[in-house]
Amino acid sequence: MTAVDDPRQLAYIAGQASDARVNLEIETEGMTLNIGPQHPATHGTLRIVVKLDGERVMRAEPIMGYMHRGYEKLTEVRTYPQVTSLINRIDWLGSFANEVPFILAAEQIMGVEAPPRAQWIRTLLFELSRIANVVLFLGDMGVQLGAVTPVFFAFRDREFVLNQIEAVTGGRFHPNFDRIGGLKDDIPRGWTEETKGVLGRIRKFCDEMEDLVTGNEIFQARTRGIGVIPADVGLSYGLSGANIRASGVDWDLRRDGGSGLVYDKLDWKVWTHPDGDSFARYWVRLQEVREACNMVEQLLDGIPSGPIMAKVPRIIKVPPGEAYVETENPLGVMGYYVVSKGDLVPYRVKIRSASFSNISITPWLLEGTYVPDVVSILASLYFILGDIDR
Amino acid sequence: MDSATDAPPVDERRDAVVAALTDALGDGLVESHVEAGIDLCVRVTADAWVEAGRALRDGCAMSYFGFLSAIDWMPSPYGRDMDAQVDLEPAVDAEPTAMEWGLAGGATRFQLLARVHDPIGHLGVTVKADLVGDRPEVDSWIGVYPGANWHEREAWEMFGISFRGHPNQIHLYLPSHFEGNPLRKDYPLLARRVKPWPGIVDVELMPGGDDVGDDEGEGS
Repeated sequence: MTAVDDPRQLAYIAGQASDARVNLEIETEGMTLNIGPQHPATHGTLRIVVKLDGERVMRAEPIMGYMHRGYEKLTEVRTYPQVTSLINRIDWLGSFANEVPFILAAEQIMGVEAPPRAQWIRTLLFELSRIANVVLFLGDMGVQLGAVTPVFFAFRDREFVLNQIEAVTGGRFHPNFDRIGGLKDDIPRGWTEETKGVLGRIRKFCDEMEDLVTGNEIFQARTRGIGVIPADVGLSYGLSGANIRASGVDWDLRRDGGSGLVYDKLDWKVWTHPDGDSFARYWVRLQEVREACNMVEQLLDGIPSGPIMAKVPRIIKVPPGEAYVETENPLGVMGYYVVSKGDLVPYRVKIRSASFSNISITPWLLEGTYVPDVVSILASLYFILGDIDR
Repeated sequence: MDSATDAPPVDERRDAVVAALTDALGDGLVESHVEAGIDLCVRVTADAWVEAGRALRDGCAMSYFGFLSAIDWMPSPYGRDMDAQVDLEPAVDAEPTAMEWGLAGGATRFQLLARVHDPIGHLGVTVKADLVGDRPEVDSWIGVYPGANWHEREAWEMFGISFRGHPNQIHLYLPSHFEGNPLRKDYPLLARRVKPWPGIVDVELMPGGDDVGDDEGEGS
């Protein structure tokens, strides 16, 4: 090895080295990028302002409120039965599920319990809402990562579920069907058989998703190890539902929650995944749709006979009291803190919606990720804008 | 609901949470309300607010943050909005209606309300704290539960409650120039002023029928 001792050569080498160092350390100019309000990945009008360094997200700040409708104020001037038609519109893909915790809270204050048949049909419609909701997630997850077919399949098959919901409630998206003390109506004749047929379609859809998406190399590359949420961080941010079960927390209010629905009479399983990444969240939801199909099947076979309404006054005045009831909704834990002062209208209703807390982790989660991952993380966290903004 | 009617309603697990809070907070715990088998509600002083959160998280395994909000206990000066087609103007020198508080009592107009949960033991607790003054201030829970960040922003804009130590106390839902705190009871519902509400309850009895039953079972 020959030593370089010519000063000019040395100076040249030093110059090159410092140039290289400058090139390494040079900071690209920070860029602010608006994702949304109108972006397919935002399911509505969520705006996320991200500060980028190259492709890397330095800071992400979601900006909400484009769809804020002030439901908490409006519930203070609506009678209890009228409130259900409002809160239907919180998570519009699984509307019936929104009504249930509110009705249960009002029933708890009143000391009313729905008759068994009503509880079974409630649980049945609850799970059908979950299927209608999460099926769309499965398709949507694909389309956001560039696979267009799944979303067509999802819309195709969700339609059958909506038809069944419509056959019972009269509303495809906004059933407004749950009543304090029971249900508005009974299920129509022949409905159980039809619904079983639909379950077959949904199961086939899940298998198709498994074939098309789960094992797909691109899908795996874009979701495995992306957006990892440790269980304790997720819990401290109030993450719930499939999002937290995908981080290995074995917690499902359908199994662990209070009374009012008949999950304890069914044979089913809570799915969890230890990884906590985007793939885990997708996978848990896929299994939950299958599990929901099993549950609906058992529910259809086991509906007890009897009335669908308990005895309640025609004009509902809820006695003074407070109750907080939460249920495991398609998007996560949804709860209503209802304060009554004995009037026709609630005194205060605090709506604890799942997506609001689920998405509040994004500033923490998106920091340090890359731009394409923002989309897959948002898709896998799965939120509905109405459920964030209320 | 059925267990509440049993003669001695004892709920050991919820009583244990109350005991743990008493140990941790001392006088900071003002009142507690255990509804055996159903729910637990505690009221702490505003000074013990953060300490209560920490005691619940570390001492009672309440690692899951549910929500944080507030209640305005001052009855609306606009009267019962449901009874009128339009939002009533308050009488000029009307005496403010006396305040009545809910579970675990209260002492002031604004009451913080938060919910935490133990996802392993399946036990939840509602925490309340009385806040003094018209523009109350309280320490932020972000250090204990980072998820409180957005909830505190919401409580700040909706109720006008400031959170000391909040890094980003700005509007969450409302436009940044919005004035007023919409969820306060004395904030008028402007929609009612603009357009009469068509949805007034008008329930006619079925022909030949009379009102079915009355309040059965005492709600507590």
